[in-house]
Amino acid sequence: MNIQEFIENFAAQLDETEPDTIKADTRFKELDEWSSLTALSIIAMVDDEYDVIIKGNDILKSDTIQDLFDIVEKKRH
Amino acid sequence: MESNYNPFSLAGKTVLVTGASSGIGRETAIACSRMGATVVINGRDAERLQQTASQLAVPAAGQLVADLTSVDDVKGLVAALPPLDGAVLCAGNSTTLPLQFGSREKFDEMFNINFFAPVELLRLMYKKKILQKGASVVMIASIGGTHSFMPGNGVYGASKAALNSVMRYAAREFAPRKVRVNSICPGMVDTPLIHRGTITEEQLAEDAKRYPLGRYGQPADIANGAIYLLSDASSWLTGHDLVIDGGFSV
Repeated sequence: MNIQEFIENFAAQLDETEPDTIKADTRFKELDEWSSLTALSIIAMVDDEYDVIIKGNDILKSDTIQDLFDIVEKKRH
Repeated sequence: MESNYNPFSLAGKTVLVTGASSGIGRETAIACSRMGATVVINGRDAERLQQTASQLAVPAAGQLVADLTSVDDVKGLVAALPPLDGAVLCAGNSTTLPLQFGSREKFDEMFNINFFAPVELLRLMYKKKILQKGASVVMIASIGGTHSFMPGNGVYGASKAALNSVMRYAAREFAPRKVRVNSICPGMVDTPLIHRGTITEEQLAEDAKRYPLGRYGQPADIANGAIYLLSDASSWLTGHDLVIDGGFSV
């Protein structure tokens, strides 16, 4: 599991934000288009791509994509 | 004034409640017994089913452990059932998933428990004449899929919409035997099902504020609707989906 691929998978759930502007340190909940549906899509994407069940709280306590990546990686082990 | 006037009494009725080991099913089983019914309770987990049994006002006529997604378990359950005056089909599950992630596998999972399981049970109970003349069947559906279309609820809502459809066909086809079939469409009800973490507690609290009556439902709100639909007070009601949602879908 690498961060670059995770960022791409994350960016794929967004519709308005330029993928190039999404980085590991992007504070994703501050994006204009961020919504509860985006959160559900991220949860579903992580389940699909990484076979990891994350919860709404994991999103809540993550500020950056890196934070969320770290949680997913931790749960894989 | 007649002091014992009570058109909602379930005295003398035998009622099956599925999914009785938790949430709406447990509350419904307990409430029916308090209204005088003898209940037969079903669930997947013997221990949790026993916890429900211990809270009944009238001892259960049966505690039948069965996983309704298994065709063999359904057959076994039906074979063990006494003649019934009513059934409340509560067993079900939910998922919150955007449609673009609703794979065939996810849909199958939801339809197996929310649609195929209750429909197969209903079919066999009617075919084998376990549902007595005048019996009342209550399916627990949802406002999701028919009255409300919240993002993320599509896979769940579609399974409940299909259930509401079969409910109406069954109401028409079972009417000659005076078997009534109705559903209850609850809004969000505070049960273990909604506290699984996909939606945070903060989001749930925020969502509850969007209900005109200011709160999510309690299992008793739904159980009381089921009592009405099971009782002779609703003798002339069939094929109806009773929305109990604190005004959410208005």
